Amino acid sequence: MQTITTDNWLLTVGTFLPLVGVLVLIFIPKGEEQLIKTLGIVTAGATLAVGIFTMFRFDFGQAEKLQFFVDVTWIEVIRSNYTIGLDGISLPLYLLSMVITFLVMIYTWDNMPDAGNPKAFYILMLLLQVGMAGTFIAQDLILFFVFFELVLLPMYFMIGVWGGEDRRYASLKFFLYTMFGSALMLVAFLALFFQTGAESFGFAQLIEAGAGIDRNVQIWIFAGMFIGFAVKVPMFPFHTWLPDAHTQAPTQGSVILAAILLKLGTYGFVRIAIPMLPEGAKAWAPVIAILAVIGIIYGALCCLAQTDMKRLIAFSSVAHMGFVMLGIATLTEFGINAALFGMIAHGWITGMLFFVAGAVKHRYHTLEIKRLSGLLTQVPRLGWILGLCAMASLGLPGLAGFWGEFPVILSAYNPGFGLSEPLFRTLMVIAALGTVLAAAYLLWLYQRTAFGEPTEEFAGRTTHAVGAAVAPDHADDHHDAHHDEELRDVTVTEWIAWTPLLIAIVVFGVYPQLMFRVFDPAVTELVARLGESLNP
Amino acid sequence: MADLVWLIPAFPLLGFVLILLFGRRLGDPKAGYLASAMVLGSFVVAVGAYFDLVGRPEGERAEITTLFSWVPVSALQVDMAFLADPLSIGMCLFVTGIAFLIHLFAIGYMHGDPKFSKFFLYLNLFVLSMVVLVLGENLLVTFLGWEGVGTCSYLLISFWHDRESAATAGKKAFVTNRVGDWGFMLAMFLGFSAVGSVSYSALNGAAVAGTLAETTATGIAVLLFVGAVGKSAQLPLYFWLPDAMEGPTPVSALIHAATMVTAGVFLLTRVNPVIAVSADWVPTLIAWVGLATALFAATVALAQNDIKKVLAYSTVSQLGFMFLAIGSGAYVAAIFHMITHAAFKALLFLGSGSVIHGMHDEQDMRKMGRLRAFMPVTAGTFIIGWLAIAGVPPFSGFWSKDEILLFTLAKSPVMYVIALFTAILTAFYMTRQVIMVFFGEATWESHAEEHGAHGEFKPHESSPIMLFPLVVLAALAAVLGIIQLPSLSWMPDVLRYRLEDWLHPLVEFGEANITDTTAYANKGLLAILATACALAGIVLAVLVYQRKKIKAVEPQILADGWYYDRTITSFMGGPGRAAFDATAAFDAKVVDGAVNGTGTLVRAAGGQVRKGQTGFIRGYAAIVGLGVVLMLAWFVLGRGVL
Repeated sequence: MQTITTDNWLLTVGTFLPLVGVLVLIFIPKGEEQLIKTLGIVTAGATLAVGIFTMFRFDFGQAEKLQFFVDVTWIEVIRSNYTIGLDGISLPLYLLSMVITFLVMIYTWDNMPDAGNPKAFYILMLLLQVGMAGTFIAQDLILFFVFFELVLLPMYFMIGVWGGEDRRYASLKFFLYTMFGSALMLVAFLALFFQTGAESFGFAQLIEAGAGIDRNVQIWIFAGMFIGFAVKVPMFPFHTWLPDAHTQAPTQGSVILAAILLKLGTYGFVRIAIPMLPEGAKAWAPVIAILAVIGIIYGALCCLAQTDMKRLIAFSSVAHMGFVMLGIATLTEFGINAALFGMIAHGWITGMLFFVAGAVKHRYHTLEIKRLSGLLTQVPRLGWILGLCAMASLGLPGLAGFWGEFPVILSAYNPGFGLSEPLFRTLMVIAALGTVLAAAYLLWLYQRTAFGEPTEEFAGRTTHAVGAAVAPDHADDHHDAHHDEELRDVTVTEWIAWTPLLIAIVVFGVYPQLMFRVFDPAVTELVARLGESLNP
Repeated sequence: MADLVWLIPAFPLLGFVLILLFGRRLGDPKAGYLASAMVLGSFVVAVGAYFDLVGRPEGERAEITTLFSWVPVSALQVDMAFLADPLSIGMCLFVTGIAFLIHLFAIGYMHGDPKFSKFFLYLNLFVLSMVVLVLGENLLVTFLGWEGVGTCSYLLISFWHDRESAATAGKKAFVTNRVGDWGFMLAMFLGFSAVGSVSYSALNGAAVAGTLAETTATGIAVLLFVGAVGKSAQLPLYFWLPDAMEGPTPVSALIHAATMVTAGVFLLTRVNPVIAVSADWVPTLIAWVGLATALFAATVALAQNDIKKVLAYSTVSQLGFMFLAIGSGAYVAAIFHMITHAAFKALLFLGSGSVIHGMHDEQDMRKMGRLRAFMPVTAGTFIIGWLAIAGVPPFSGFWSKDEILLFTLAKSPVMYVIALFTAILTAFYMTRQVIMVFFGEATWESHAEEHGAHGEFKPHESSPIMLFPLVVLAALAAVLGIIQLPSLSWMPDVLRYRLEDWLHPLVEFGEANITDTTAYANKGLLAILATACALAGIVLAVLVYQRKKIKAVEPQILADGWYYDRTITSFMGGPGRAAFDATAAFDAKVVDGAVNGTGTLVRAAGGQVRKGQTGFIRGYAAIVGLGVVLMLAWFVLGRGVL
C-alpha cells in the first residue's frame, strides 16, 4: 500500500485534541455548567476544524493511498507500532465522527439528560470521540483494538448513568455482548499475527502476508473476526443488544451509537477482515449475505410490531445495516462503495431520527407510539423533519438513504470472485422487498405520530405563545406534572444541531458523487488486491 | 430550444424553493399565482421545444442534455441527463398544460384553506417530479421522478391528515406503489447487467440490434410492467387509487387521473423495442391485465354513489384500456388515449370539484340532482367530458378508444368483445352520474340542514378562476381527437395520423402492422359499431335513471368492489399483523432469550466456581502446582521439548 507522509501531524492532533479538552475540564468545578458546556463544544469544534483542514489537505486525486501516514515504534515488545493514515475509505467516516460529536454536544447545550452532571457527560463524549476517530485512522491491529475498545467504556457509562429505567440491564448487556465479540476478535488478531509470522501488527504487512495463510486456517480466523465485528454492526442474530441499548440510552448516546459505533463493525470488515483474509472472506461471504438479508426482512418485520418509537428506529438500523453488509458481502467494487455510502447515510439519517425521537421524548415524556399523534398539528416543524428523515430512511431517491440501498441491491446481481450467482440473485430479490417493508413501517410510524389529531392526553397542550391560556383548565384532570408545560416547536439549539445533517441528507442525495468519488479509488484498490490473491 | 429542456423542471423547482422559503408570507392566493406562473413557464418552454423538434428532420428529433455526472461508481456511470424527443416533449406538453389549468382551478378551490401555500408547494414539487420522470434520459432519472411523484401523491392524498381516512389512504398508496417499484428496480438491475447501462438508448438500441437475449428482454419487460401496474393502478394493485380520492379534488384531477397514473403507460411505451423482442406472452399478458382491469373497474363504477369514486374507478378502467392498447401493439393509440383521457378526465374531476364546492363539500350523488340549473357552466363542461369519455363522436374519447378497439380486434376477437362490452358499461355509468348530479330530481333540498344552511341552502356556481380551466378543458376534450384522426376515406390526408407521424420512429408499431387484417379492412364499420355501443349505454342509463322505466340494479358486491380491497385489508390486519408480532415475539423470546439464557448460565457457573475461591493459600498453591505439572507434562510428552 503506498503512503504519503505530508502533514502527518494532522491526524494525531485531530484525534487527540479532545484529550486536551478533557484535561481542562477535569479542573473545572462541577457547578460551572455553562463553562463546561462551552469548553466541551469549543473542543469538539476545534477538533472538527482540524478535521476539515485535514480534508482540505487530503489529496483526492490519490484517495487510494494512505495519507498523513505515520509509522513509529509504540510497544516494541509486542511489535505493535503507532501506525496511522487516512485514505478515501476512512476519511468520510473520520469526519463523520467529528461532525456528529460536535453536533451532539451543541444539542446537549439545553438538552442535558435528567441525571445531570454535564462535566462527566462532556468528558465522556470527548473520550468517545478519541476512540472513534482513532479507530478510523489506526493502521495497526493492536492500535485499532485499543481504540475500538476505548469506545466501549464511555458508551457503557453514558447508557448506564444517563439512560432510562432499564439502563443497568441495557448497559451491561451492551458491554458484555461487545466484550464477548471483542475477545474472539482479539484471539483472531493474534492468530492472524502468528500464522503470518509478520514483523508487526501493521495492516500493510498483514494484508501482504495474510493471503498466504492456508484456506482452512483463514476461514477459522475470519470466523473470530466475523463474530467480533458482526456483534458491533449488529448483524442478525447478534443484534439483540441494540434495541435495548438504544431504547435506554440518552438521545446523545443513541445518536452516537447509531451514527458511528455501528460503523466500527462494518469498517472492520472492509478494512481488516476482508483484505487480510481473502479466502476466508470468500468462504464466509454467502453466510454474511444470507444473514444480512435475513436482517433486512427480519428487522423490518420487527419494526412493524414495535410500540415504542425509539425501539422501532433501533430495529430499522438492523435492517439498514443489513443492506450495508450485503453490499460488503458481494466483494465487488460496486457493493463496497455502496455499503460505505450506506454507512455514512445511515449515520446522518438514523442519527437524525434519534434526535427527533429525543425531541419528542423531551416534549411528551413518552415514546409510546399509540400515545403520540398529531405532531404536525402541535409541533409542525418537528413533524416535518421527522417526515423528511422517514422518507430518507425508506430510501427515496434524491435523498441520501437511496444511495446506500439501491446500488447495494444492484451489486448483488453480479457478486465478485465466483460467488454463487443464483444465491446472490435470490438474495437481491428478497432484499429489494425490504424496501417495500421499510416504506410500510416508516409510514406507519409517521401516520401514527405525525398525522391525526393530538391524543386526548396531550390535546390541551398547545404550541408556545398560546399555551398558557388553555393549559390550566386541564391541569387538575391529570396528575402528570408536565402536562401544563407548553409545547415548543424546534428550538434554536436543535436547529443548529440538526441543520447540517438535514442539508447533508439532501445534498448528497441529489449529488451522490461527491462521496462516491472519495471512496471509489480506495475501494477499487481494495478489490483489485482481493483479485490478486483470489484469482492469481 | 430543445437544448433548454432543463428549464422545464427548473421552473417548478424554482417555484418549490420560493414557496418553501416565502410561502407563508405569500399566502393565499399569491402562492397559487406564483406556482401557476412557474408551471406556465414550463409549458412555454415545452411548446418552444416542440416547435424546435418539429422543424427538424425526423432522424434528428432527439437531444440529450447532460447536467452532471450523477453516479460514477466503477461500472455504473449514470448521468443526470434529460432526453428531449417527441415522446418526452409530447408528454411534457400535456403534463404542464393540464397542470397549469389545474393549478389555476386550485387557486379557487383551495381558497381559505389554512395550508394554502403548502398545497402549492407540493403541487410544484409534483410537476417537477413528473417532468423529470418523462424527460429522464435513463431509467434511474425516470425512477427519481417516479418515486418523486409517488411521494407527492402521498403528501397530497394525506393533505388533510387530521382525517384518519386521508392519513391511511396516503400510506396505502405509497406502500402499494412500492410493491410496483420493486419490479421497476429489479428491471433496472437486469437491464444494467445485460447492457452495462441504464440509459434508454443503450437498452432500446440493444433490443433493436438484436443483442438483447429474449429471456432478458422478457424479464425486463415483465418487471417494468410490475412497476407500471403499481403506478397505474392495474389489477392486482389497483386498490390504492379509489382511496386516493381522500386528497383534495385538484390532486385527484392532476395526479390520480391526468398525469401520474399514466406514468406506467409512458414507461412501457418508452421501452417498446424491449417488449417487441420479449417473449410473445408478454404483450398478451399486458393486454389481458389491462382488459381485466378495465372490465373489473367499470363494473364497480356502476354502483358507486360518491361522485369522485365513480371517476376513480373510471380512471382505473380507462388506464386498463391504455394497457390493452400497449398489449395489442398500439402504442400510438395508448399515448393518444392517454392525452385525450388526461383532458376529459381532468375536466370531469375538476367539474366534480366544482360540484363539491358548490354543494358545500357534499360528495354523495344521492344528495345532488338538477344541478344544471344552478351550475350551468360546470354542467355544460361536464356534459362535454361525459360525451368524450362515453365515446360519442366527434368528441375526443371516441377517436382514441376507437383506435384501441381496432387494434384489439386485430389481436383477438374475444378481447374485442369484452372491450366493447366495457365501453357500453363506461357510457352507462357515466350517464348515470350525469343524471344523478345534473338532471333528475333535486334531492339536496332534504339534506340542506346537514349543511347548516337551514332551508337557505342553495348550490352555487364556482368562481371564474375555477370555471376558466373547465372551459378550456372542455374545448380540448371536444377537439383533441384531431391530433390522430384515422385514415377513413373521407378524411383529408393532412389530418390523418398526426400523432403517429410525430412519434415516429420512436414508436415503430403503427397501423402498418395490422393493415392486412379483416379488422382493418372494416374499420369504418367498427367505428359505427363503437358509436352504437356508446349510444346504447347512454340510452339504457337514461331509461334506468332518468325515465325510471327499468329498475336500477346496483348489487352490494359491486358497491364494495367485489370485496377485493376488504379482503386485502383484513389479510394485512389478520395474518399479516400476526406475522410481525410473531417475528417480534421470536426475537424477544428465542434470539434474545438465548442471549439472556447464556448470561444466566454463566452467572450460575460463576456461582459454582466461586465455591473454589476459599481464600486458603494452600488451596490455590495446590491448583497452581497441578497446573504447572500438567503443562510440563504437555510440553515434555506432547511437544518433546526436553
